Amino acid sequence: MDDVHADVRTRYEKLTEPYMDCTFKFEVVEYQGAKKAKKEQIRIIDSFKYLGLRGKIRLSNPAQVFTVLQSYSIEADLCPRSEPDYCWFGRQVGLSARSHGIVDRYEIAKRPYFGTTTFESELSLVTCNLALVKEGQLVYDPFVGTGSFALAAGHFGGYTFGSDIDFLALKGGRPGQKDIKRLKDNFKHYGTQTKFGDVLCMDFTNSALRKDLIVDTIVCDPPYGIREGLRVCGTTNLESAKLTENKLIDGEKAFLRREYVQPKKPCTLDFMLDDLLRFSAERLPVGGRLCFWMPAADDEDIPRLIPQHEKLELIYVLEQSFYRWSRRLLVYVKRDGSYTGKTVTKEERAHENNFRERYFNRFI
Amino acid sequence: MKFLTTNFVKCAVKSCDASEKSFPLKYEECQLQSEEQEFNPAFIVSMLDRIDWDALVSVAADLGNRSIPAEKPENIEQNEALLRELHSLLLETQIVEGKMMCQNCGHIYYIKDSIPNFLLPPHLAN
Repeated sequence: MDDVHADVRTRYEKLTEPYMDCTFKFEVVEYQGAKKAKKEQIRIIDSFKYLGLRGKIRLSNPAQVFTVLQSYSIEADLCPRSEPDYCWFGRQVGLSARSHGIVDRYEIAKRPYFGTTTFESELSLVTCNLALVKEGQLVYDPFVGTGSFALAAGHFGGYTFGSDIDFLALKGGRPGQKDIKRLKDNFKHYGTQTKFGDVLCMDFTNSALRKDLIVDTIVCDPPYGIREGLRVCGTTNLESAKLTENKLIDGEKAFLRREYVQPKKPCTLDFMLDDLLRFSAERLPVGGRLCFWMPAADDEDIPRLIPQHEKLELIYVLEQSFYRWSRRLLVYVKRDGSYTGKTVTKEERAHENNFRERYFNRFI
Repeated sequence: MKFLTTNFVKCAVKSCDASEKSFPLKYEECQLQSEEQEFNPAFIVSMLDRIDWDALVSVAADLGNRSIPAEKPENIEQNEALLRELHSLLLETQIVEGKMMCQNCGHIYYIKDSIPNFLLPPHLAN
């Protein structure tokens, strides 16, 4: 706090001048700090007396809100440290969507349609926020599933498209549900139906999106293979593939019939991620972002598992930890021709992110 | 599947990528439904940058709509009648069931329950 005061004293005259006479209040906001007693809060507020504000104090609807922000770290005993690690002082200019109750509003259970692997509301909103989704952009989720990212992107004004290899997830409904709901109904529920583009049933590695279509933002959570296996079209059984190719039903090629169900085969996470980066490098405009989550066992050499592409700059790696594993939100930005990054595909990584296997072996 | 989406999708078979005939797909036996949506001219105008006009005209013709001008008119921004028509075509027209055929390789994709299915049989996927 002393550093904050020392800093504020050197330049507060400039900062406070337009606000000297308007109504105001002070707030103390903490991150990870135990809630302070009133007395302690007042002590902190009073320590700013030297600002000499002349306006009336008004607790409801003041013209200005001055805020002291404090961030605490957690000690080994799981209690916050007694002193904050960082302090800031400032004038409130705007609040995040969080302060309008958005996290609560988008809670999974409040949606008409969701599934067992629906991505949680808070982090899907955070992901779209870091992706800088805004009004009028085309946002694409190649593993849309039940559509948490699409819904969050729609909230921020993006026009959203999604694809998934699982037709049933797109078709909607849950076992035993009479009134079938699907992703579009979630958009209607939140009043963002004009932000819903479409969902396509598609294998991401055999994309049907035309090559010259510019996609402003790509957000996704590639299936890790824990609850939803990672799959692509094809079969490991070449004989049966040959059979299907030539099979006729009622004189018609079987694979061209409406009822034909395309077989799927497993695919590795590394393969899919390389494809995701290549696709993004081709379709994003300069400055456009790709954001996705990558899981890894904690004892892996994690930086070596992260895929890279020469046209995409990795700007954030944000970790969420679980027991013995963690996942990272990777944020990439498409750069112009002057940027020279290094492509690191699965061959160069020479190290497999066999997360699914590790998960089922309990990371031993 | 919105009409708009027909302007974004081509044949999923990789060997068709090089062929101009793989986009747009040819739409056949389509069942259409109209779903009312609020008219937002600014949105239509912003979408026009992404739209391939020739493909729009050709798919509209597949579906029996021949009133779209063959050449993209200038100053669409000021042409409310056309913007309204595009709104109703691109955003309100839903293809509920139908077939989409690649004019290069002849593969057929189906639209079922308003969802286009681009999954490939094993011998076409890789």
